Amino acid sequence: MPIKRVKFTYEQEMIKEPIISILSKDFDLVTNIRRADVREDMGWVVLEIEGEENEIQRALDWVSTKEVRVDPISGDVVEG
Amino acid sequence: MPYIKCLYCRECGREYPVSPEHVCEFCFGPLEVGYDYEAIKKVISKDKIQNGPLSIWRYEDLLPVARDAGIDMGTGFTPLVKADNLGKILGLNNLYIKNDSTNPTFSFKDRVVSVATNKALEFGFDTLACASTGNLAGSVSAHGAKAKMDTKVFFPSDLEQGKILGAAIYGATLVAVDGTYDEVNRLCSELADNHKWAFVNVNMRPFYSEGSKTLGYEVAEQLGWRAPDRCIVPAASGSLFTKIWKGLNEFHDLGLLESVNTIMDLAQPEGCSPIVDAFDQDTYHVKPVRPDTIAKSLAIGNPADGFYALKTIAETKGNAVRVPEPEVAECMKLLAETEGIFTETAGGVVISALRSLAKRGIISTDEVVVAFVTGNGLKTLEVIEDAADPVFTDPDYKSFQAALDVWNKRNL
Repeated sequence: MPIKRVKFTYEQEMIKEPIISILSKDFDLVTNIRRADVREDMGWVVLEIEGEENEIQRALDWVSTKEVRVDPISGDVVEG
Repeated sequence: MPYIKCLYCRECGREYPVSPEHVCEFCFGPLEVGYDYEAIKKVISKDKIQNGPLSIWRYEDLLPVARDAGIDMGTGFTPLVKADNLGKILGLNNLYIKNDSTNPTFSFKDRVVSVATNKALEFGFDTLACASTGNLAGSVSAHGAKAKMDTKVFFPSDLEQGKILGAAIYGATLVAVDGTYDEVNRLCSELADNHKWAFVNVNMRPFYSEGSKTLGYEVAEQLGWRAPDRCIVPAASGSLFTKIWKGLNEFHDLGLLESVNTIMDLAQPEGCSPIVDAFDQDTYHVKPVRPDTIAKSLAIGNPADGFYALKTIAETKGNAVRVPEPEVAECMKLLAETEGIFTETAGGVVISALRSLAKRGIISTDEVVVAFVTGNGLKTLEVIEDAADPVFTDPDYKSFQAALDVWNKRNL
């Protein structure tokens, strides 16, 4: 089963939303948080998502509509 | 010879065998090269270094790969210039410019790419790759050509033609990706994970970034084996900034420097300053931004080493300076007119930050200050297009004198 490693960055208004919980409930995915730091004004979570490729993409598209930034875990790969 | 011992996670400390991996399997933290410093201590000396080649390979004992493992493009040992003219304007008696625009492909990227290429050859890769909008593309293409590797360079398809010529000339395969900056990032990250290529700043990143330490070593050696009082460094991912600091500390720990009390100041342009934003907000959370700056070589909105750069600033009681966009080109001109050094936009950012710190009295008059110029101005000619203001004259003596008088009235 394909696995994707991603970083979610949340703005303050999204911190209360159970985004990762919904990923497991409404999508056919298994999530595994590896590292996170959530403060009162913002937060980030580094996690692994396992599932069919289409389902992972559908989930990440949905997360992006929630004003959660989705990035590769290595940061920006494109350099000057 | 290199004394690389392992890779270890910068977050949880877990150790890994030396391999082309960049992320900890447990916490997904970034991997860093671990060395056998006890063994290095027994062999390294000022004499040994001074008798080495005039390149980054004079510091081979402190790099993760040997010079003989691959190619040597003659990278490094670039000039450290005493900048008396600029210093006088800024009220600084001991200002130096580390001019890294004299490297083989005219930027500091040759340091990191030299190390990454040799390590890639040692690992047995036959393909060298990167995603870049400028300096990195040129450096990877040149190194790939010299190493006879298949070289692939990815870039956003809307990049100006001029920018990709610096890579095209070396015969690399150029891949124009039709997408937004974020989409190109995601695709290239996925490619790096799924192809057996040496992606210099992804799977080769732990080795690649070690090349930047040589800037710290060189400056200390060129100052007569002493650490500067202050370094002013441009930041994109933040890696260069942290590695200069690491280089100075390694020299100290190995007994090559008596002390290191260097203040590390970081500079970013206003249009892409996520590390400075976090510094100003007194947080280690680096919030990604969408870059919109003329300093394209610093346009990294989601800096991989931002957190570590902030820790270095805190540790050294340094500063993070946000440079107004109009000052970038202005300070490129200032450096050119005072010191005869033509830098690209990242250098303009550094000189503007230097000027700001000097004006605010943060730098004291006699501090030994090193400003790092990381790339050549010919790479970013478009931002100084209005710099040329010739005296137009007919081809006779009288016309010239008259035209010069007019020009002088306008300009002096």
